Amino acid sequence: MAYLQQIIFFVILSAAGYILWKRVTLIRSNILLGKDLDRTDNRSERLKSMLLVAFGQRKMFKNITPAILHLFVYVGFIVINLEVLEFIIDGLAGTHRIFAPYLGSFYNVLMNIFEFLAASVLIACIVFLFRRNVFKVKRFTQPEMTSWPLLDANLILITEILLMLAILSMNATDQVLQTRGINGYIFTGQLVFSSLLVPLFDGLPAGWLVFIERFAWWFHIIGILGFAVYITYSKHLHIFMAFPNTWYSDLAPMGKMESMDSVTNEVKIMLGLTTDEGSAQAPEEIGRFGVKDINDLTWKNLMDAYTCTECGRCTAECPANQTGKKLSPRKIMMDVRDRMEEVGNSLAKNGKGLDDGKSLLGDYITKEELNACTSCNACVEACPVLIDPLQIILEMRRYIAMEESGSPAQWNIMFQNIETSFSPWKFAPTDRFNWEKK
Amino acid sequence: MDEAPKLNVPVMAELTAKNESPEILFWVGCAGSYDERYQKVTRAFIKILNKINISYAVLGTEETCTGDPARRAGNEFLFQMQAIANIQVLDRYNIKKIVTACPHCFNTLKNEYPDLGGNYDVIHHSVFLQQLIDEGKIKVKEGGSFKGKKITYHDSCFLGRANDIYEAPRKILEEMDAHLVEMKNFKSRGLCCGAGGAQMFKEAEPGAEEIYDKRTTEALATGASVIASACPFCMTMLSDGIKNKEKESEVEVKDIAEIVAESLNL
Repeated sequence: MAYLQQIIFFVILSAAGYILWKRVTLIRSNILLGKDLDRTDNRSERLKSMLLVAFGQRKMFKNITPAILHLFVYVGFIVINLEVLEFIIDGLAGTHRIFAPYLGSFYNVLMNIFEFLAASVLIACIVFLFRRNVFKVKRFTQPEMTSWPLLDANLILITEILLMLAILSMNATDQVLQTRGINGYIFTGQLVFSSLLVPLFDGLPAGWLVFIERFAWWFHIIGILGFAVYITYSKHLHIFMAFPNTWYSDLAPMGKMESMDSVTNEVKIMLGLTTDEGSAQAPEEIGRFGVKDINDLTWKNLMDAYTCTECGRCTAECPANQTGKKLSPRKIMMDVRDRMEEVGNSLAKNGKGLDDGKSLLGDYITKEELNACTSCNACVEACPVLIDPLQIILEMRRYIAMEESGSPAQWNIMFQNIETSFSPWKFAPTDRFNWEKK
Repeated sequence: MDEAPKLNVPVMAELTAKNESPEILFWVGCAGSYDERYQKVTRAFIKILNKINISYAVLGTEETCTGDPARRAGNEFLFQMQAIANIQVLDRYNIKKIVTACPHCFNTLKNEYPDLGGNYDVIHHSVFLQQLIDEGKIKVKEGGSFKGKKITYHDSCFLGRANDIYEAPRKILEEMDAHLVEMKNFKSRGLCCGAGGAQMFKEAEPGAEEIYDKRTTEALATGASVIASACPFCMTMLSDGIKNKEKESEVEVKDIAEIVAESLNL
């Protein structure tokens, strides 16, 4: 009986670890459905980007209220997880607050910091719930924020609130048990925030208190492990993905579009500029021009999709979206993830994968959305974790223009003008210098 | 129009024939060449270039579209056809430094031509003008026509977010003691005029409002009598916005180069 709790804990911990490992493997293989891309260069720039943008939350501070609330939750998440280490050791060793005797009075300081953060997280999450459901901040109520995205967001906030309440209740009952001198409840010193809850528990018999303290402990640790598994299915994955995603971000100026080497070869042949090298060899397998489905995107585009937490800052800044067009950069990212997971889940079950008759373009993202983009980079600038929806939009335009000749009619006229008059407008090339005489 | 004096504009082919190689190429761009409104900006900039006695030239009829709108609309073939042909011309003349009054040409020449072998020192005319002021080559305060005047500056996306140029155009306006007022959204949060990404060449998708109307509303809310811009597309869109709102008699859209030329009484 003495070891039963430890065995149960070990089983739960192992199960959570196994499921997490399976999930991480699937996510990794889904990301690797994307095309190759070299982002191994310039490590010092990349480190700086990760430290400033992900670790330092720099881009969050464009909007101060959510930035501060988010900072509490973020610091809370990082610091309170240190306490999880104690939970795990206690759970495996059958001990109670194993760090307390070693850390002495510092344990009290540490616990009070944790409690301050737990209270901050609690308050921030309640405010977030209000912003989403009562004040209905615009970016949380747009068309793509339907059933699952809305439920996902609320589940995350409610779970975090419950986890924080569990920590504070656990510490409150623990303190009552300490003052009653119950065996095993080692003296922690006063814990300021949970003391506020003590009156709730003060009158209860010791048996009840031990039950509540133990229940809160188990609730918190199982909750954390469950949450870790849950976020792999959720938009909340950004808490991990923000770090690699900022590290691997594009370091070129935002205005630069990637060149297509496959096109360069053909253009050089057409202009008679190519050496024998190109024509002598059998052409390599020329993939598609542009992006029709997720395997045409790069792994970084797919990592972007897993990193997106659907905050909607991109969509809020998008000029097309602000003026009522169908385009929403957030929806682009959500569509990429949905399609990627559809394909990934199918492949994991030996299903049809990409050959299911569907594609990202058409079944998820329409031309009307893509055609509304002004390539203004407002979405790219707005993203706190350096996601680039614009690249995906422009790559899909490449597919439409070059594989389908399906661009809007006025663009086809513009193309013709450039081809024949070397200007997007239909003017005679010989008139180009007439401004001199005007 | 026709009575305007012919400008003395050196052309690359002619200079090369005389064995001269100018220090800098002025890339005019299609809007600067053909668009009636932006031709005035081209002429204003030429007047400044002539005043400072810099050795420059234009390509004249040898210039062609950089390919930017084709690339943003998805036609990479056409973009590269244009780019590679342009690079051949630029390299034939051994061009090292290019100044342009179009942020789209600027972005493409500076950031995208290197991938295709075209490497030049490319500078936007707003930065170029600011440098001339800094170096004391032009003294904008002399004219004084903009002193105390309420001016708002509209950030071009391809200059601002795309290339991080926010300060140069503003410094120029501050140099002439204009009363610079900012719109609700400015610098990295500046609202697009609606013309980028090849939107200039097609109708907007269905929606509730035109982007340029929204931006014009923001500009008018500042109470400025001049909206300064540094991009031909922005100029077209904002001018249309002003016309739609019947404010042409009260508010003008002017390019940074025109403002500088005016303050120099050119």
